[in-house]
Amino acid sequence: MEEKFLNLTLKVWRQKRGEKKGKIETYQAKHISTDASFLEMLDIVNDNLTIAGIEPIAFDHDCREGICGMCGQVVNGYAHGEEKGTTLCQLHMRRFKDGDTIFIEPFRAKAFKVVKDLVIDRSAFDKIIQAGGYITAKAGGAPDANIFPVTYETGELAMNAAECIGCGACVAACPNASAMLFVGAKISHLALLPQGRPEAAKRALAMVRVMDSCGFGNCSNERECEASCPKNIQITNIARMNREFLSAGVCSTSM
Amino acid sequence: MQLNSNVPSGPLEGKWDRYKFDLKRVNPANKRKFEIIVVGTGLAGGSAAATLADLGYKVKNFCIQDSPRRAHSIAAQGGINAAKNYPGDGDSVYNLFYDTIKGGDYRAREANVYRLAQNANNIIDQCVATGVPFAREYGGLLANRSFGGSQVQRTFYARGQTGQQLLLGVYGQLSRQIGLGGVQMYPRKDILDIVVVDGCARGVVCRDLVTGEIESHSAHAVVLATGGYDNVYFLSTSGMHSNVSACWAAYKKGAAFANPCYTQIHPTCITVHGDYQSKLTLMSESLRNDGRIWVPINKGDKRSPDQIPENERDYYLERKYPSFGNLVPRDVASRNAKIACDEGRGVGNTGLAVYLDFTEAIKRDGEAVIRAKYGNLFQMYHKIQDEDPYKVPMKIYPAIHYVMGGTWVDYNLMTSREGLFCLGGANFSDHGANRLGASALMQGLSDGYFVLPYTIGGYLATQSLSPVNTSHQAFKDAEKQLSEKLNKLMNIKGKRTVDDIHKELGLIMWDYCGMARNDAGLKTAIQKIQALRADFWENVDVTGSSKDFNQTLEKGYRLADYLEFGELLARDALTRQESCGGHFREESQTEENEAKRDDENFCHVAGWEYAGEGKDPIRNTEPLVFESVKLTQRSYK
Repeated sequence: MEEKFLNLTLKVWRQKRGEKKGKIETYQAKHISTDASFLEMLDIVNDNLTIAGIEPIAFDHDCREGICGMCGQVVNGYAHGEEKGTTLCQLHMRRFKDGDTIFIEPFRAKAFKVVKDLVIDRSAFDKIIQAGGYITAKAGGAPDANIFPVTYETGELAMNAAECIGCGACVAACPNASAMLFVGAKISHLALLPQGRPEAAKRALAMVRVMDSCGFGNCSNERECEASCPKNIQITNIARMNREFLSAGVCSTSM
Repeated sequence: MQLNSNVPSGPLEGKWDRYKFDLKRVNPANKRKFEIIVVGTGLAGGSAAATLADLGYKVKNFCIQDSPRRAHSIAAQGGINAAKNYPGDGDSVYNLFYDTIKGGDYRAREANVYRLAQNANNIIDQCVATGVPFAREYGGLLANRSFGGSQVQRTFYARGQTGQQLLLGVYGQLSRQIGLGGVQMYPRKDILDIVVVDGCARGVVCRDLVTGEIESHSAHAVVLATGGYDNVYFLSTSGMHSNVSACWAAYKKGAAFANPCYTQIHPTCITVHGDYQSKLTLMSESLRNDGRIWVPINKGDKRSPDQIPENERDYYLERKYPSFGNLVPRDVASRNAKIACDEGRGVGNTGLAVYLDFTEAIKRDGEAVIRAKYGNLFQMYHKIQDEDPYKVPMKIYPAIHYVMGGTWVDYNLMTSREGLFCLGGANFSDHGANRLGASALMQGLSDGYFVLPYTIGGYLATQSLSPVNTSHQAFKDAEKQLSEKLNKLMNIKGKRTVDDIHKELGLIMWDYCGMARNDAGLKTAIQKIQALRADFWENVDVTGSSKDFNQTLEKGYRLADYLEFGELLARDALTRQESCGGHFREESQTEENEAKRDDENFCHVAGWEYAGEGKDPIRNTEPLVFESVKLTQRSYK
């Protein structure tokens, strides 16, 4: 597609650090190349705000190639914007039209507090992983890698789940602010692999317990998480998590 | 300053095992009395923090991002090398060692590279044990593919996102230790100074990126694993927060900086398209397994690629390097892309691109096979370039991707400042003057899982460190100095934005210290950097408050360090009057335009020593001694 230039109106959530209330401010984004990414568009707006003496819009980002999971905003009501399977940093301005008004807000959930403007605190995700989202393996005791044969299909399923980037879009998209797609993906990734089986039951119980205590909601099968996931993680992972959790509960003595 | 490598004597193959045996140990009950600060949570820092805590040390781990899972190791795509010889194509530890040291154009330490090759197999075992879903053959065993600079298949991979999967494996181990209390995790902190007491590194001073508060943390040893300085070029494939600041602070506290001119220009990156561009995106080297690189034979041929017949195409790598073809090392591939474009045969709107063409591979293997191997890379390309690479050849051009230079370390990974260690991409490392593909992940995990946990014990067991806490005057002085620097920056209130100045620095670096360098250009670069640095301190505009979440200020102090560091890079390039690997001095080339080393005068590591504000840095050298390999002119023909 030929490069064009757009003039846009942005309606951006601004919230000072430590203050409970924020508000929408209006800014103009002028002469934006259709080849620019969404975050590059914000860079240009921020440079112009700086020159005008206004504090730039705070937003999280790092790799800008769709893999670190640091960026994420709700754009026109969609987590990471409307384009399927795309992180915000990989959303390009050619998806917008000249004269568009764009609403930009942070991911919102009880468990994700706003730090400033569009920056949120996702440490609840880390807490869930710390509870059991790993395989215990000391550096030194691992057997030869080929001792665990994994069928091609199982490997692919595990990899599909492992692609989760922990961005939190699933939580932001869910009407219940549920983290079940995130947790289901990690539980599935490890439970599908033979080396993950010994801790599978303990892992499922511990991760679900912490997930609940962090204030995430339940799943009511809206499938909004799957629709918003930039890595196309499927809700079959939630079903697998439920199976792992139930069988762990039935067999457990310490629930 | 003496740069003593502390490489143990004896035959190469047995050095590391003997050395581990000889190292003094800290007994398990005493380990919990030692506190260790680890900065960074990538493959090197994360694996080191997790392993040290597993051993019983008390670890404080810091990162810039909101979570340790986001370190830039995550963006590595293609794979990780090991000499498992699973494909049965004759690989061995010695073979991996030899390819790596040759690939680095004989500018790395033999003993370090051999140890790296030895550890590689353990790394694959450890990664699989921690749940990394490497690609499999249909029989269930692990699959391998090829990377540049090697004639065997030794690269393990997880689709096009190997770095992500390895990092999530490390993050799992680290998270386990955070949950158990062995690691105290400090996210969203920027390490801005190293504190030295009685000659030893005893802590750090950092800025909390949420509150803006300046904090001190003390320990018995400090480990830096903060990645590379690629962003001195502004545009690179590194993450936006990648910086040199902690290593630069270490430099000023006595940790020599080695070979800063060794930068890696990766041949296959998505091309630059506008001055608003914030970063570049790599297309993995693994694509060169199936993609063929070409340009039109004739200058200025503007036809679309499907209109250019076979006999009017120049597959220049296959033509010039028949035995390695498209899989020559990165420096060779990059230089040849530049030569083709300089000849006026580049493609695309700017003429600064070459084709990476999958037509033949798709015809041979079918689109489904290519999709399974590289699907996410093709998708990434499609999103950025708005062109479908299954139908139209990719347009690619070299870009800054990695740096081989970094903080100087000895065999123990200790810097020239006692008690300060440096791992992974941040140290000057095992890659010499050019890194082979799929070796960075290997080095990060080798340093963090399998080297530092032993050598730091050797250090701690032989020291009698006095108790030090953050009320020590050295911490108070460092905090005060940092506050003053930040206040100075906030109060300039000039007219230029941080990014504006950073982009200008990036252009100076790319134009004069990029793919080709010469004496006059490097001297010009030094003058221009000095002038730009002066302009920065008069004209930069940093808005907001220093006691707040302030991303402009973060960018500002990182750029202030780059404006000093960039000059050192140019100075190093100027004094290394030879070509080697990624450092191409136009004055030193063979008749066929290949890099020509000068082993007589430059077979050494340059370790730069800080001499004080406003004084020229001192160039110290560590001679490189080769006992096992014979130095030859590298040839991939």
